[in-house]
Amino acid sequence: MKFYIPPQITRLALAFAIFITLFLVLRHFLVPKTFGEYGHYRGASLIDNAQPEIHYAGQQACFKCHQDIEDKKAQDVHSEIHCETCHGPGEKHVVLSKTEKILKPAGREFCGSCHVINAGKQKSMINQIDLNKHNIGKNCIECHNPHQPWEMKK
Amino acid sequence: MDPHFQHLYDILAHAQGYIFPNEIDLQWGILIVVYPFITGLVAGAFILASLERVFKVKILKPTYQIALLTALSFLLVATMPLISHLSQPQRAYEIMITPHSSSAMAIFGFVYLWYLAVVLLLEIWFDYRHSMVVWSNEKKGVMKWIYKILTLGVNDISPRTIHWDRKLGYIITIVGIPSAFILHGYVGFIFGSLKANPWWSSPLIPIIFLFSAMVSGIALVMLVYMIVSYLRKKAIDLNVLDAIGKYLFFILILDFTLESLDQIHRIYEAEESFEIIKLLVSGKLYLTLFVAQGLIGTIIPLITLVFLQFYKHKIKLQKTMYFIVSVLVLIGVYSMRWNVVIGGQLFSKSFSGFTSFKVGLIGLDGTLMAVFWLVLPIGILAFLLWLLPPWKMVKEED
Ligand code: HEC
Ligand code: HEC
Ligand code: HEC
Ligand code: HEC
Repeated sequence: MKFYIPPQITRLALAFAIFITLFLVLRHFLVPKTFGEYGHYRGASLIDNAQPEIHYAGQQACFKCHQDIEDKKAQDVHSEIHCETCHGPGEKHVVLSKTEKILKPAGREFCGSCHVINAGKQKSMINQIDLNKHNIGKNCIECHNPHQPWEMKK
Repeated sequence: MDPHFQHLYDILAHAQGYIFPNEIDLQWGILIVVYPFITGLVAGAFILASLERVFKVKILKPTYQIALLTALSFLLVATMPLISHLSQPQRAYEIMITPHSSSAMAIFGFVYLWYLAVVLLLEIWFDYRHSMVVWSNEKKGVMKWIYKILTLGVNDISPRTIHWDRKLGYIITIVGIPSAFILHGYVGFIFGSLKANPWWSSPLIPIIFLFSAMVSGIALVMLVYMIVSYLRKKAIDLNVLDAIGKYLFFILILDFTLESLDQIHRIYEAEESFEIIKLLVSGKLYLTLFVAQGLIGTIIPLITLVFLQFYKHKIKLQKTMYFIVSVLVLIGVYSMRWNVVIGGQLFSKSFSGFTSFKVGLIGLDGTLMAVFWLVLPIGILAFLLWLLPPWKMVKEED
């Protein structure tokens, strides 16, 4: 007796072969060119990630022109807070200081963003005040110098 | 304020105790609840069909094709809740073309494909091939061609070929049972292997998922069988319901035992996470765990199923009770998925606080989307039952 292969088997084998080939062909076109260049990712993504423009200059850049402020800041409790934490991204201002304005924060909400009472923060790590109780009606910087909080303005 | 921050700010008002900043918002919402629910239905329905085939349970014959087609309809939709939950759904295919062996999700893609293409489609194809050849000869026009294409041009219906259909189908069923176990065990594994989360991290989770999958799949097939019979104005065979009911009962008992074991183990070990889990279970999860999953989804169905094994008087009443039981069981298993997925994200990994979860109605991961993915398979099932009606199949001698 001849070895019998049921017709379903051959047809299904063909169908699966087509399916797998199709998958491989698609895969060939869909996998990005630089995939696997350095690891299990698209190599060109490194270049993409280097593209975005720089927004932050780092506070060393500010000292060149504003050393006076750094001198004040270094003496007091805000010494660890970098300029751009409060003033926002400053790269443009560093390059074009005459024309490019940088943010000058003001208002109780601004200082509150770090100092408002929050059960999730430990009091010993950052001092907190109740915005609705602490000298209401006045702006924080009318009394505290933002760069040197304990140097009170009169 | 930026709407995203406004949203976080609103939830923050509902947070209790101490939570980490990235725990305010739940990363996995209602769609991730629907996903294991749907895969569970698939695995469960398939296992019921396999029971009939492998153990030759004659009485379940009328549900065999229904179970297979139910499994297929839900399987076709199973990945959709996941994909629509992504913020870049158009990139979902990348997981398949450049899979990483350490990614549970990537491997799941292949388990899924294997299960769809090699197990379910083939089993259905072998089962229907004879009938499809006959239908393609009977029908005219487009339908003739649709059936012709579906047979892949294999229109040999000599006894020898038909015999091979059954033989190959049988082999597929045998391969299919472990595949169904793997498919759903995998879903459980994705949760059970997260060691950072004490509510999930447990080697029992895959097994619990598997058994609750069987429970839900069996209940669904029972429900579909009743509804299909009702719509076709055919009498529902009570013997079939009794037989399915018996399986449902045993597997529900097993599922209940395993889940209790998991909890007892937790209670007895009382690790440092236990305090927060105790608060979670008695607080935010009270309704969905004790009431929906425990009472409505397990205790009441168990008692009713025992009762139905003895109560044999009013046929109509028995059928109604089976109907209610299957709906309750489905609600219970859905709640179980909810308790696992949502429950695991409600408490802080600092173990000293809770966030809260509010389901949105609209949006890509809102309730409407979830309902859509649950209703779509029912539509697909209706279509498949119309295309491949089990009751019009060519009868074969055993
Ligand atoms: C090249 C010198 C230079 C550098 C570097 C520089 N600034 Fe300035 N900055 C100036 C000058 C000049 C002015 C005054 C411009 C004016 O009055 O319009 C100024 C003004 C300011 C003001 C006040 C703006 C206002 O609206 O009153 C702030 C705040 C400020 N700088 C912050 C920064 C910070 C933060 C950095 C570091 C990221 C920085 N600057 C770096 C030169 C510089
Ligand atoms: C805690 C937040 C904070 C930090 C950190 C901070 N600033 Fe300021 N800065 C302010 C506020 C608030 C004002 C506005 C003061 C006002 O309007 O009186 C201001 C004003 C200024 C001004 C305008 C001139 C003045 O003295 O009023 C300059 C220039 C300036 N800051 C530079 C800097 C530089 C440079 C650094 C880093 C060495 C820095 N700031 C760090 C909050 C901060
Ligand atoms: C980026 C977060 C941040 C912002 C914004 C900020 N601070 Fe502070 N502040 C700190 C930190 C950190 C300390 C040091 C920890 C401490 O002692 O509380 C501090 C300390 C202080 C203290 C001393 C508290 C003490 O216990 O000695 C005062 C007063 C103060 N800040 C006032 C202000 C005022 C006024 C503003 C608004 C101009 C402001 N801070 C904005 C972070 C911030
Ligand atoms: C009327 C002037 C005045 C104003 C306005 C003011 N403060 Fe003060 N602040 C003080 C004085 C004085 C103290 C020290 C005595 C005290 O604790 O009340 C102080 C203390 C603090 C402390 C340390 C709290 C502690 O318990 O040691 C913080 C932080 C602080 N202020 C932040 C702010 C912030 C943020 C604002 C704006 C919302 C603000 N202050 C507005 C005068 C002022």
